Amino acid sequence: MEKTIRFHLNEKPLEVSCPVHWTLLELIRDRLGLTGTKGGCREGECGTCTVIVDGRNVNSCMMLAVDVAGRSVTTVEGLERNGELHPLQKAFIAKGAIQCGFCTPGMLMSAKALLDANPRPSRSEIRKALSGNLCRCTGYEKIFEAIESVGAGEIFDVDDGVWQAIEQVQKPRD
Amino acid sequence: MPQFNVIGTSPPRLDGREKVLGQAPFIADVPIPGCWVGGVVASPVPHGRIRAIVRDPAFDWSRVVFVDAASLPCRNFVHMVRDDFPILAEEKVTFVTQAVALVAGPDRATVDEALRHVTVDIEPLPAVFSVDEALKGEVVVWGEDNVIDEYRIDRGDVKKAFAEADLVVEGDYATGLHEQLYLENQGMAAIPRDDGSLEIVGSMQCPYYVQGALEQALGLAPERLRVKPCVTGGGFGGKEDYPSVLALWTAVLALKSGRPVRILYERGQDLQSTPKRHPSTTRIRTAVRRDGTITGLEIELRFNGGAFTTLSRVVQQRGMLHCQGAYRIANVAIHSLTVATNMVPSGAYRGFGAPQGLFAIERHMDRIARELALDPLDVRLKNIVDEGDTFPCGQKLKGVFARQVLERAAELSGYRKKRALYAQGSEGPLRRGIGLSVAFHGGGFTGSGEATMGTVVRIDYDGAFSLHVSSTDMGQGALTVLPMIAAEALGLRPDEIAAPRPDTAVCPNSGPTVASRTTMYVGRVVTEACKALIDELRTFLAYQEGISPRAIAFTKGALHCRSRSWTVAQAARARCDAQGPFSVEGRLPQEAAACFNLDRFEGEAYRSYAWIAQAVEVAVNVDTYEVKPLEATIVAEIGRAIHPVLVEGQIAGGFLQALGWSHIEDLTVTPEGRFSADQLNAYLIPTTLDTPQWHIDVMEEPCDVGAYGAKGLGELPMNGAAPAALSAVENATGVFGTEIPLTGEKLFRLIEAQGGTER
Repeated sequence: MEKTIRFHLNEKPLEVSCPVHWTLLELIRDRLGLTGTKGGCREGECGTCTVIVDGRNVNSCMMLAVDVAGRSVTTVEGLERNGELHPLQKAFIAKGAIQCGFCTPGMLMSAKALLDANPRPSRSEIRKALSGNLCRCTGYEKIFEAIESVGAGEIFDVDDGVWQAIEQVQKPRD
Repeated sequence: MPQFNVIGTSPPRLDGREKVLGQAPFIADVPIPGCWVGGVVASPVPHGRIRAIVRDPAFDWSRVVFVDAASLPCRNFVHMVRDDFPILAEEKVTFVTQAVALVAGPDRATVDEALRHVTVDIEPLPAVFSVDEALKGEVVVWGEDNVIDEYRIDRGDVKKAFAEADLVVEGDYATGLHEQLYLENQGMAAIPRDDGSLEIVGSMQCPYYVQGALEQALGLAPERLRVKPCVTGGGFGGKEDYPSVLALWTAVLALKSGRPVRILYERGQDLQSTPKRHPSTTRIRTAVRRDGTITGLEIELRFNGGAFTTLSRVVQQRGMLHCQGAYRIANVAIHSLTVATNMVPSGAYRGFGAPQGLFAIERHMDRIARELALDPLDVRLKNIVDEGDTFPCGQKLKGVFARQVLERAAELSGYRKKRALYAQGSEGPLRRGIGLSVAFHGGGFTGSGEATMGTVVRIDYDGAFSLHVSSTDMGQGALTVLPMIAAEALGLRPDEIAAPRPDTAVCPNSGPTVASRTTMYVGRVVTEACKALIDELRTFLAYQEGISPRAIAFTKGALHCRSRSWTVAQAARARCDAQGPFSVEGRLPQEAAACFNLDRFEGEAYRSYAWIAQAVEVAVNVDTYEVKPLEATIVAEIGRAIHPVLVEGQIAGGFLQALGWSHIEDLTVTPEGRFSADQLNAYLIPTTLDTPQWHIDVMEEPCDVGAYGAKGLGELPMNGAAPAALSAVENATGVFGTEIPLTGEKLFRLIEAQGGTER
């Protein structure tokens, strides 16, 4: 049985139908073709399928697609604006927070949900917020550093092929 | 200290942008028009004789293609070290999940339905899962006696050493299965082309291994087998051999159906059917003087190889060549075995046999210290290998920094003070402890492997430079680091050299992406290609200028004659404008490879060793038996850090895998022959809550082989963290763990047996 739902995807309104038993991950990848969101385990353990639904990071493999009706969903494809990377995306590159890249989209989404709610998180708040996102390559340290650098207001940009901190603005803690 | 422009800087990785955008094409993301889905009929039993493969006529079999051993259109083996691994089981199955037949259909649902309508009628046979059972010989899994390989090393007079010893210290040690847990599951697709050729795309470390396996089984010429890795979402060894199996399955199904076929493993299937790190047992006897000097060493090292050889022989060789530890011991007898059992074949995992042997010897050093009431650091320093010492294979060592890394890790971590303090115990449930280890890793292939590999890289110029290698970037940053090396050699910026993902139709064979060899050896060959490029340009410019090539020098990143100078980019442009696009190749000079006699296990096992010492501090909760890592001080000597940020990422990532193996990554074989986990909630890896505070210190003592002095790094941090963690637990609780993973349950039993932790 198919059902038609309406929701916002990466800030654009969308009407789509899919089988009622499909997960949000299946809808995003298989029907909408947004393959940035990964399916590393499809049982809610690895976090590679993380997207943001109404401001909260969720495992899209553990949520029924029809349950996003009327809600707002952000995937990794929604981070970039007009060709400009999101500060988290820049920081992940600049700080070496990426290795194989398979966890990266999910990590970015959990990190964004965290920073949207808590712009200058402590190290232990970062650890907690990302504890549902596994990474096997990095040992996590560079990921923590990247998120902290965005929290501290460091904006990274490309200069002569080398990413450098070109602006350091301390944002007030909310 | 030479001045570099590029080496030692940390430019953003070249695939960073596509990875943060979610645009990096992994095999599950690649659109393949008209692609069918492949599925595997897997053996449900660990050992048995196949009586029949029954297809239920209730299913319309015209909807799918079906292949079993009898209908295979090719020779039935997957070429690896030996050719004993069949594409599909014939007559007998020897492990659970062994492929008996293959199905492909237009979609997942159809394939799943077909798989439900296949029954494999198997007469079960008794099965063995442990080395001890297998060595009894009552159940024959492989060959005549289940012994896949056996090696010995004998140096000096071991008998005399034991006869004259003040003390003989003995111990038994064991390490468990260890899953690579790359976050991207295995996946592969085969696409048949109109001209009868096949294109293989997928997640892999070694495109030419895949091509070789296809070539040997299918009998097709290599030009008709094009292998193109997608972005590989982690490998750690797990995508060294198994992709050859998947490639053959998809290839066979594609040939049979005439359509592209893709197999994407789900996590449970990946956990249950792909190779893991070999479980091992090690028995060590040492002849020791009162002062802690080891005069004699006997090691019996045994690996559980599972049902087929896969890479076991080479894993075992590396295990043999690292199991004596970073120590100077004159009289040594090492005996090693790989034994076949009815377990899924074991395979490659970062460290490749070395972590198992090093776990045992490092714990044994702690045991000697315990028996002599000495500090483990002092026992290590008493025996540590130094410049000019000899390893058991007879190799006289140069470039030895074991003592330096060990002393530095002890100093940076505050080891002595903390060890003494924590040994006094404390109130409350949290007990702190610190432990350390010293280890090493030989860079590149074992023995003469690099000499016979024939590593080739190529640089093309057609208006822009591109560097072609078969080395895959599985996250370690190969396709960022190799262009950096070329940029340094040519006086260019790294972003002036493209390094596309490998494609066997385009790239030469720079070898498999394994053995910590890519930066060191492939990087070295990149510098050789750069030399060839400079020679080519020098010849061209000399001709243009009407002077001798010897009148043109290459210094400071540019070519100069008396009257003019050209950057490499300018010279290449001029050459291209005049004579069209051109290419140069680089090869490994013979003197850069080791020379080893594998029959006698004698000679230069590796051209260079990288050294590492790790101090681990933990808090053990004696109410819950949880071990929480607090601090990790890691000192590594790696020759040259080409890209320091990637170096730190390798060290932290490898260390955390080893730490997980030491206490939480618990995988066993059930009585039915299955692995105990088919979900990630049953196989736990460290999360963001399980990492220590890092102190990473990198020492650079360039070696004469690798690119700009680089030694092998990738596997090094896997060696030594586990024994250091157990030593820390010992310091915290008094119990001496000999087996990893030291899970909470095992720790509970040890502490109970000791009568608690009050001291």
